[in-house]
Amino acid sequence: MGPLFPQEIIGEEFNILIGFFIGIGFGFLLEAAGFTNTRKLAGVFYGYDFVVLKVFFSAAITAAIGLFIMNHFGLIDMSAIYYPKTFWIPTLIGGLIMAFGFIIGGFCPGTSMCAAITGKIDAMVFVGGALIGVFLYAFTYEPLWETLRNSGAMGEVNIADWLGIDSGLFILLLTFVAAAAFYAVTIIQKKVTEKGDYQL
Amino acid sequence: MERSKKYMNPYLAGMLIGVFMIAAYYFSGEGLGASGALKSVVVATTDIVAHDYATEHSYFSARVSDPENPPIKTWLVFEVLGVLVGAIISAAFAGRIKLETIKSPHITNKTRLIAAGIGGLLFGIGSQLGRGCTSGMVMSGMGVLSLSGFIGLMAIFGGGYVLAYFFRKLWI
Repeated sequence: MGPLFPQEIIGEEFNILIGFFIGIGFGFLLEAAGFTNTRKLAGVFYGYDFVVLKVFFSAAITAAIGLFIMNHFGLIDMSAIYYPKTFWIPTLIGGLIMAFGFIIGGFCPGTSMCAAITGKIDAMVFVGGALIGVFLYAFTYEPLWETLRNSGAMGEVNIADWLGIDSGLFILLLTFVAAAAFYAVTIIQKKVTEKGDYQL
Repeated sequence: MERSKKYMNPYLAGMLIGVFMIAAYYFSGEGLGASGALKSVVVATTDIVAHDYATEHSYFSARVSDPENPPIKTWLVFEVLGVLVGAIISAAFAGRIKLETIKSPHITNKTRLIAAGIGGLLFGIGSQLGRGCTSGMVMSGMGVLSLSGFIGLMAIFGGGYVLAYFFRKLWI
């Protein structure tokens, strides 16, 4: 029963090797979906290319459904995974800083690494900038960020529990929202690209 | 211009990423991430250059105190090394490995590169404060229905839509 490494069913070396191969799959798919092209990524904000939204929601929902079913049948113990704790204040503020980073820089860290390694010069600069950003943060952590980063602590919060509904129902609703969004963005994208002011 | 091979269907690519995310949680108990590896690089570099500083400051100290586990030897670092290899394989098959700067035709290369650098810097800071980036915090968080993933989703993409108008000259 999973998760295997946290329950010491597999060893550390094997776990790291698995991580490497899972990374290969992830990187392959990011590149194959077109995530190394900064204009395809930025398209989600201007209506000419919604590949980000389609890939992102398909991935999150597939994982949510899969893990929900596996948890239901006892194949994975969700209490043994490294469940992300919620700190709503730094996540909100950090997320807004990342929004600026995304709309100005045109990448996020994962996509920029894929793009940089396949030759996109703008992505190499983005990765360099991101490293400088992390260094700046690291060396100003105690005076500037530490208190803020630890504020708004809520512990491990499942959004369905937080809303007071069943996880399965939440996933179903999320799937409906995503399906409606996929339908809507397909129409928007058609209209925007028909106007012809965008060429990839 | 030679047209490189077509991109994969986005829904298929997304579903397969979801399958890899399930595998990551099943085997390792972790989601798919990216920015955490940047942190490891920064912590490891600082540890090598200024070990005493690293042991005395809380951003680094938890990761550099154990000589058995150097800060660079983490699951996420190897996952990200895999991401790089996977991207090269896909791009090689599709004929997309090429040294180029991708930008809107209405801006110069210089503008694009300055914007990329500033954007990267902000993303680097934001991902540390927000406890993860679009992959590790938002997408993988959403996969396990973590509230933080949905807050991050609203902040990053909601924020992006609010800001899009002001930065439109960079893109369209």
